[in-house]
Amino acid sequence: MIPPSFQYHAPSSVDDAISILTQYGDEAKILAGGHSLLPMMKLRFAEPEHLVDINNIDSLKGIREENGMIVIGAMTSESALIASALLQEKCPLLPEAAKLIADPQVRNRGTIGGDIAHGDPGNDHPALMLALDARFTLVGPNGSREVEASDFFLGTFYTALEADEIMTEIRIAPQAANTGASYHKLKRKTGDFATAAAAVVIEMSGDTCQSARISLTNLAATAFRATEAEAVLVGQTISDELIKQAAAKVMEACDPAEDLRGDAEYKTHMGGEMTRRAIKDAIKRAGGN
Amino acid sequence: MAKTQLSFNLNGQDVDVLVEPRELLIHVLREQLMQTGAHIGCETSHCGACTVDINGQSVKSCTFLAVQAQGAEVMTVEGLASGGELHPLQAAFMEEHGLQCGFCTPGMLMRGYRFLQENPNPSEDDIRQGMAGNLCRCTGYQNIIKSIQKAAADINAADNA
Repeated sequence: MIPPSFQYHAPSSVDDAISILTQYGDEAKILAGGHSLLPMMKLRFAEPEHLVDINNIDSLKGIREENGMIVIGAMTSESALIASALLQEKCPLLPEAAKLIADPQVRNRGTIGGDIAHGDPGNDHPALMLALDARFTLVGPNGSREVEASDFFLGTFYTALEADEIMTEIRIAPQAANTGASYHKLKRKTGDFATAAAAVVIEMSGDTCQSARISLTNLAATAFRATEAEAVLVGQTISDELIKQAAAKVMEACDPAEDLRGDAEYKTHMGGEMTRRAIKDAIKRAGGN
Repeated sequence: MAKTQLSFNLNGQDVDVLVEPRELLIHVLREQLMQTGAHIGCETSHCGACTVDINGQSVKSCTFLAVQAQGAEVMTVEGLASGGELHPLQAAFMEEHGLQCGFCTPGMLMRGYRFLQENPNPSEDDIRQGMAGNLCRCTGYQNIIKSIQKAAADINAADNA
């Protein structure tokens, strides 16, 4: 299987990439790691006339701390997330979850920005970004703007990123004290998308939940936050019964598409179960019981 | 579509080829450069039979445009043996019966080669995780894991000798 013909561009700066995108508009597609786009092109689900390969733009890679925030270049690979001592210390959820994405070879190519900007509800970073309250820097011909993760995912393969924009950076606050995070993903085999997955970030004070963020992968048209499930936990003393109630709220919010991974009822149920497990882990890590 | 001049280093030799931008690296390696060691298995980046080393990283060459290899150091299974001697990993696969039909073997060897540089003293679980991107339909993986364990021991023993 060979992709359809296209004109190849390999700019070495964000400005050059944006000029190309501005010139060709909807006829152009950005090539990040290529492990979603190239398979789609082989199948003719995507047939861009211009491919803008941004792998040579070094400024889009790397992880650093700036003004108390963690800043991740959009072209940082999954392997680099896993290897990052900074993330392991200050945002352990990301390297832990990245290990559950695809396999070593794919993680060497696949990028966090590509995973987010593709808009696939089966990708893992969208739910992680919602749980981590991330902000994205999008740069276009008129300069740069910041968009919150909660305003970014608009539908399946549909995000707030315009055709002439590039996601350059992802900003995440370091994990706060008394906070724990966990990602539980059910998949049939290595390399498969999640049948269901839940990302949970919880702040505890003793046995009481101070704040909670719960988000889900592959359980609706896009990754989403289960705010009603969060509300069940916040301000309450955590018990198994309460966790069960939160998981039930998650299941009410799920609207998965039936496919080879299961029917809607099964996926919804697994969404509840992944949530229950992730909440328990997150609480334990936050120092609660 | 106009062809692009592509130059990269393959197994220690500089090579120049003309490619269409849409051509995948695996096709250029096999069909133009006649290096047929890397295999085309699934063509969907699942099976790992096409795994090669690009700039010190394992990559599935069915999901990598040849033009992206511009200026790169590429290594395929043909570059593993040197001076007529099998690489210790190849010798270990032979010794431990790490293959049956052999179709997945070039990918297993290239991933195993890079994996042992990333982690020279792996546990069995490390090996299972590190080799998770390579499928084998014959062996049940047990002998592949034994082969990599033996290669790790042999390489470390040679380094300490």
